[in-house]
Amino acid sequence: MKKELANHTMTEQILSLNAGRKVQPGDIVTVKVDLVYAHDGTAPLVISAIKDEIGLERFEPKTSVAFFIDHVAPASTVNAAEVHRKMRLLAKNNGINLYDVGRGICHQVAPEEGLVRPGYVVFGADSHTTTLGAFSSFATGVGSTDAVVAMLLGKNWLKVPEPVKIKFEGSIQKGVMGKDIALHLVGLFRAGSMTGKSLEFDNVDSISIDSRMTITNMATEVDADAAIMPTDKKLLNYYKFELGMEVEHITPGPRAEYADTVIVELNNLEPLVSAPPNVDNVHAVTEYEGVEVDQVFIGSCTNGRLEDLEIAARILNGKKVKTRCIVIPASIRVYQKALSMGIIDVLIKAGCVVGPPTCGPCVGAHLGLLASGETALSTSNRNFPGRMGHKDSKVFLASPATAAATAINGKITDPRGYL
Amino acid sequence: MTVENYVIRGRVWKLGDNITTDHIISGKHKFAFIDDVNKMLPYLFEEVIPGFINKVSPGDVIVAGSNFGIGSSREQAPRLIKLSGISAIVAKNFARIFYRNSINIGLPLIEARVIPDITDNGDILTIDLKKSIVINETKNVIEQVKPFPQLVLNILLNGGIINLLKNKGLDAV
Repeated sequence: MKKELANHTMTEQILSLNAGRKVQPGDIVTVKVDLVYAHDGTAPLVISAIKDEIGLERFEPKTSVAFFIDHVAPASTVNAAEVHRKMRLLAKNNGINLYDVGRGICHQVAPEEGLVRPGYVVFGADSHTTTLGAFSSFATGVGSTDAVVAMLLGKNWLKVPEPVKIKFEGSIQKGVMGKDIALHLVGLFRAGSMTGKSLEFDNVDSISIDSRMTITNMATEVDADAAIMPTDKKLLNYYKFELGMEVEHITPGPRAEYADTVIVELNNLEPLVSAPPNVDNVHAVTEYEGVEVDQVFIGSCTNGRLEDLEIAARILNGKKVKTRCIVIPASIRVYQKALSMGIIDVLIKAGCVVGPPTCGPCVGAHLGLLASGETALSTSNRNFPGRMGHKDSKVFLASPATAAATAINGKITDPRGYL
Repeated sequence: MTVENYVIRGRVWKLGDNITTDHIISGKHKFAFIDDVNKMLPYLFEEVIPGFINKVSPGDVIVAGSNFGIGSSREQAPRLIKLSGISAIVAKNFARIFYRNSINIGLPLIEARVIPDITDNGDILTIDLKKSIVINETKNVIEQVKPFPQLVLNILLNGGIINLLKNKGLDAV
């Protein structure tokens, strides 16, 4: 079938191979699911569905299953501790890989562990599962029950989305990051515009793997089913040198048909912010320069990677932050690399608080919530009212470069003057 | 009144566009009571309709605008809505994960073009799932909506995907 599919989009190729027949956009199909995961926010309903609704104490997962303890890790409440205990027990009894407190955020750890490969269909019980599309997979966010179905059956149903092509031209300028590309796309398309569609990226050579993950991460903010980057030399090298793995190539055929093609000029892009109260309220950082902030957060599955901490350290080197600045690496591997490169030392000397690998304050659960009337600038992915604390607190979203420059001044700052 | 009869009739709670999963149940309350969905109920729609859980009656329906349920994959959002007694949601469109989550637990979601525009709080709505029609009895407006795909209808009529698998076996999906 591979040959037959050579002229199709990556979406059609991956879903056809996993459905065992040629599929097209709009089809409702059952596909083999290669990886399923849940975390301590979504696992409670996974566990209650398996144990209470179905009545299984033990089961044999029909595919690769992973649990991540990342959202409230280490536990900040007894309730969270109970959930963690149940996750460990279910994992132990049923041969599920468990990545415990301190290992890091699911979307960062899954690729670090080689759990995702080009051509995989991934059902992750977290909306930001689209992140894994940076590894040429069809990775889609689902709820707990969908994850249970995929675990028990090794398959689940979906409606084949309509692929939309996003072609990059040129390359980003100094002080502009993958996050700015992601925010640009969210501002361009707007929330909810891509329901039933998959994004396929073209000409990604100039974009780092870390940045690719930031871009695919935020595809869920426009409600795309998946966001797929092609397999190129950079990705093959990542698998070869980071993981010692040889992998399949997934690239679109030359005559692949798209519902729409959007060209993004990277040369013209400038640092952006998403202003409260919605993610798609995207503006140039210059429009908000001078807005005072009470807290800066650098981390999350969107921007807690090595290149993110590295640029923050470059900007903060030898400086002092004027506002509280919380830095949380997305995984322990990122943390260790940052330590060995001296990045953590620079950040601590600048006055940052460095936390253990976890989702942190992004979801409003722990490690830096906002009081009423407070404003944060965060490198995370959502700024809905009350997302990071009190309902009357505000969140601006921006890149780690903008976050670091903002921390120095205690007010929103264009990072280009610091690089 | 029940999905089994294919007909739902209820009083309307009217909401606007872009109701996110954070509006339905915020992350901070979700994680505070992460081990027990029932304990999150007092915080359902906390900032949108204060005191909602004390005002809603079993069988009521929600009518909303565009992008209902955007944001997180948290299945607690539709589960809490269902637990509160809401029998269906009619909106211009739904976020994908919220849509799947709701269908999977047997909460019918109906996409309609006209009804969201002409419906007010407190109107009486009738929804016929099999005939794919929504009637605003108060305004005397009938809208024909897109029929559910067969698989989705099967899931709803079985009261959710877990029940479907229990009733029809593992090949039902």
